[in-house]
Amino acid sequence: MPAPFVIDHSSVTQVMAWVLVALLPGIAAHVWLFGPGILVTLALATVTAVVAEAAMLKARGYPVRPFLTDLSAIVTAWLLALCLPSLAPWWLIVTGTLFAIVVAKHLYGGLGQNVFNPAMVGYAVLLISFPVQMTSWPGPLALTGTPLSLADSAAIIFGGAPKAVLDAVTMATPLDTLRTGLLQQHTVDEIMTQPIFGHVGGAGFEWLAGAFLAGGLVLWALRIISWRVPLAFLAGVWLAAGFLHFFDAGRYGAPWFHLFAPSVMLGAFFIATDPVSGSTTPLGKLIFGFGAGVLTIIIRTWGGYPDGVAFAVLLMNVAVPLIDQYTQPRIYGGAPGREKGSSR
Amino acid sequence: MIAALLVMVGLAVVIGLALGWSAVRFKVEGNPLAEKIDAILPQTQCGQCGFPGCRPYAEAIARGEADINQCPPGGEEGVKKLAELLGVEPKPLDETHGTPKPKSVAFIDENLCIGCTLCIQACPVDAIVGAAKQMHTVIASECTGCELCVPPCPVDCISMVPVAEDLPHWKFKHPLVMMKQVGGARG
Amino acid sequence: MTRVLHRFKGGVHLPDHKAESNGRPIHAAPVPRQLVIPLRQHIGNPARPVVEVGQQVLKGQIIAEADGYISAAVHASSSGTVTAIGPALVPHVSGLPDDCITIETDGRDAWIDHAPIDYQALAPADLRMRLRDMGLAGLGGAVFPSAVKLDPGAHACPTLIVNGGECEPWITCDDLLMRTRADEILQGVRVMRHLLGSTEILVGIEDNKPEAIAAMQAAAAGFDFAVEVIAVPTIYPAGGAKQMIETLTGRQVPSGKLSTDIGIQVFNVGTAYALARAVFHGEPLISRLVTVTGHVLRPQNFEVLIGTPMQRLIDLAGDRDGATGVLMGGPMMGMPMPSSEVPVVKATNCILVKSDALFPPLPAMLPCIRCTRCADVCPAELQPQELFRFAKAGDFGRAQEYHLFDCIECGCCSYVCPSHIPLVDYYRYAKSEIWAREREKRAADLARARHEFRLFRLEREKKEKAEKLAAKAQAKRAELAAEAAAPGATGEADAKKALIAAALARAQAKKAEVAPKNIDQLPPDKQREIEEIEARRAKIRELARQPLETDETKP
Ligand code: SF4
Ligand code: SF4
Ligand code: SF4
Ligand code: SF4
Repeated sequence: MPAPFVIDHSSVTQVMAWVLVALLPGIAAHVWLFGPGILVTLALATVTAVVAEAAMLKARGYPVRPFLTDLSAIVTAWLLALCLPSLAPWWLIVTGTLFAIVVAKHLYGGLGQNVFNPAMVGYAVLLISFPVQMTSWPGPLALTGTPLSLADSAAIIFGGAPKAVLDAVTMATPLDTLRTGLLQQHTVDEIMTQPIFGHVGGAGFEWLAGAFLAGGLVLWALRIISWRVPLAFLAGVWLAAGFLHFFDAGRYGAPWFHLFAPSVMLGAFFIATDPVSGSTTPLGKLIFGFGAGVLTIIIRTWGGYPDGVAFAVLLMNVAVPLIDQYTQPRIYGGAPGREKGSSR
Repeated sequence: MIAALLVMVGLAVVIGLALGWSAVRFKVEGNPLAEKIDAILPQTQCGQCGFPGCRPYAEAIARGEADINQCPPGGEEGVKKLAELLGVEPKPLDETHGTPKPKSVAFIDENLCIGCTLCIQACPVDAIVGAAKQMHTVIASECTGCELCVPPCPVDCISMVPVAEDLPHWKFKHPLVMMKQVGGARG
Repeated sequence: MTRVLHRFKGGVHLPDHKAESNGRPIHAAPVPRQLVIPLRQHIGNPARPVVEVGQQVLKGQIIAEADGYISAAVHASSSGTVTAIGPALVPHVSGLPDDCITIETDGRDAWIDHAPIDYQALAPADLRMRLRDMGLAGLGGAVFPSAVKLDPGAHACPTLIVNGGECEPWITCDDLLMRTRADEILQGVRVMRHLLGSTEILVGIEDNKPEAIAAMQAAAAGFDFAVEVIAVPTIYPAGGAKQMIETLTGRQVPSGKLSTDIGIQVFNVGTAYALARAVFHGEPLISRLVTVTGHVLRPQNFEVLIGTPMQRLIDLAGDRDGATGVLMGGPMMGMPMPSSEVPVVKATNCILVKSDALFPPLPAMLPCIRCTRCADVCPAELQPQELFRFAKAGDFGRAQEYHLFDCIECGCCSYVCPSHIPLVDYYRYAKSEIWAREREKRAADLARARHEFRLFRLEREKKEKAEKLAAKAQAKRAELAAEAAAPGATGEADAKKALIAAALARAQAKKAEVAPKNIDQLPPDKQREIEEIEARRAKIRELARQPLETDETKP
């Protein structure tokens, strides 16, 4: 068929591959700070995702190879894995990945059709169904002082280690600590003196956040993601947190602390930037990112769960069609000012 | 509690009254529904739907006396549009009324035509010209292809010629890159 | 003289592949044995043949005249005999034949008498008519009749832009034209300026053509009006008319309007050159420069007679094995040809021979991942991914709301799409579907109006007939009454007669209203159906009659 007869060398595979590459600094930081457990989680999630994707493609009558090689399933798996506690039991990982791929992705129509970010759907489902397991985070090695080997980690994940081993290394995350502390009527300053807190964020956690930030900047430099969503997301988090902190520094965490949670950086650069479930117009991207950022803080502060990135992103996913419709940009030679996409 | 109930009931009454009043006040003249249905019908005026033309069929649908799947020239797509307009489920074309055919126009073999004017009387859109005892011709651009002129002709000189696609009417086809096909060819 | 250039939104950087063909000088392609000259070479009405099969024609002779205002004449590109007038394969992607005039050339290449036009002595309207009869149409690709574009109409056209952008990869015919015939291009501009009354002449050339820029600048120095030759950044589609306007003036043509609405007219350099040949040499548009490139041995530019089969040129440039098809135009907006034997027409700027090495088959298409790269590069500033979604779903109304018709089909979006979606194909499909539906709707409206008129006419005829009959009956009665009154004796019998006459008249009137039965040969089920219809018709008639008739209405 006609024109054009040349194409750029980009491909979905290439886009997804770069996302995976950009996650590597984060993964490296994870290993360094929390031990090699994350590698087991990643591997397990990847295998599950690939198998589930292949099975679903087959079941839906699609050719398996071109779709499997687009790597989108692996991106979903990695994003989910990086959100899970790194020593989470294997069935948790498998369930979450399966849910993400089978329900959130394929039952919504597959690549390009899913309304919700699959990784975040998987995460949210796990968080609601298994709150205990989902909040048992191993502490930073620097604090627990018990570096686990790859084999140990695998043993824990596959249930082959006594529960005590896990209990020995898990501890409340900074966000958890803040939350419980506030519930116990401590002030933020008191809570912040605990060892789990580092320079601006959580001890170790802030470095992880920094690694995600670095990876995200690479994606931006390669123009794989636009600056709009991450910047708006971070601005949303910072402004919402700053606003609360300004009014009552004792009851609300500092904006920098919120900003340097790994989930925020991961969310801003890797999750909210998921093109499929995000807004597509320039202004829409800003609104989407900002909305997700503000919602993150609202959920963190008043919601029932310690972190809110997943729910914030999912909530904004719902609003995307509306945002897109009302933020259609001016076209070449169009009337000045914004136009609505639809006349009604 | 009682107060709330009263308020609710009061509101309902007020809104109901307002709606009723505006329904009377802004009543649209004529039967806009039939109008809208008629706009969707292909205007072939062939009578295959069982009505003497598209307009009577449109009115019958509007009155709820006819089903939406009786117009073969409109095809499945026409049924779909009617279903959308009326907010009902589309259904397959009722084959007892005929099946869709490629668009054709009538052609009169001018050597055979005896000038009996029977076809002229049959044509719903006056697309045939000619006087009594003189050769008749179809104005192709105005012929709807309804075939009503074919049976009355006593010498069978009218045939339906499918409209060939020419350059000005050529359409770009749907890019037949059905994902499954292309992917299948590769993977 | 520096000018502030503006950057239009979007666009892509493409490998330009110009060096393949711009290194060789222009060669005149020899007269082929047979010329096939389509009548529809321009936008608007196709030309009307004015020659007959068997007629001798001379080079430059009108063989089909312009039909209406938006049209252009067609000329014999060489001397010879008309051997056919009728459908032949034309360079159109559909592969459908269209009306052409075929000329068997005699090899003499003998010109018809022609003389320069004294353009200053002619009234502008007459001059434009002459240009229309010279067959002038835009040579940049759109082939809009130039005479129409040279009519400033109600708008003044202070700015005239001569477009030497040529942003499509591979094509170099405008480049070569500017290098070698800059002076004549500007002669053509002189006439344009005369007709449009433009005061500012801007020549925009992409900066990857330094020789052309230098040649144009040198030529411009010798003219008695100011011509600004401007190098514009090389980015596809900088040569698009709207993009060139924005680059040079910073202004955008409002959506749905023409550039003349903002006082700017744009012509391709090739058009200016053809205009100069027409006015200063009296030569109609019978040849043009064509780049033959891609998978050939010696990619180069030819001066080609309109109607020459493309394969002749490919042979001249050195045919190679492994060709996988021929494009007319560049790789971004060009169209695949149904055969390499189709003739060169006024719109043919490039013949691009494809091969698998140069143009590998496109990879399989994946679903849209809404990455909006397409929106980032779209020079029309559209949301291609939304247009695609609507076009694919057949939701053409929404596609139109999202400005489908502002898409210039430049192909930037398809070029960058990581899912390799042939987006432009979807837009073309949607556009032609919408056009087809509009045509259908117009046809339906016409049929409805004609049908309604027919019903009205039948009703009126019937009414007239009935009135006539009633009047007759009345007259008869009066006559009888007079008769009865006169002799007196036969009164009773005559009264009876009168009654019978009246009854007869009624019966006659009733007969007249019975519809003609054309349904004798129908199968019984159809018959039944029609009877039902008749019943309905009768009911309608009844209703229509009520106010008019009194004595015939029966329950
Ligand atoms: S069947 Fe014929 S007369 Fe009836 S609505 Fe369709 S086109 Fe009109
Ligand atoms: S010419 Fe015949 S087929 Fe055409 S509209 Fe008239 S009656 Fe129908
Ligand atoms: S570039 Fe392709 S995949 Fe990306 S949004 Fe546009 S159409 Fe979709
Ligand atoms: S082809 Fe149309 S939609 Fe695509 S980039 Fe060009 S103008 Fe935009």
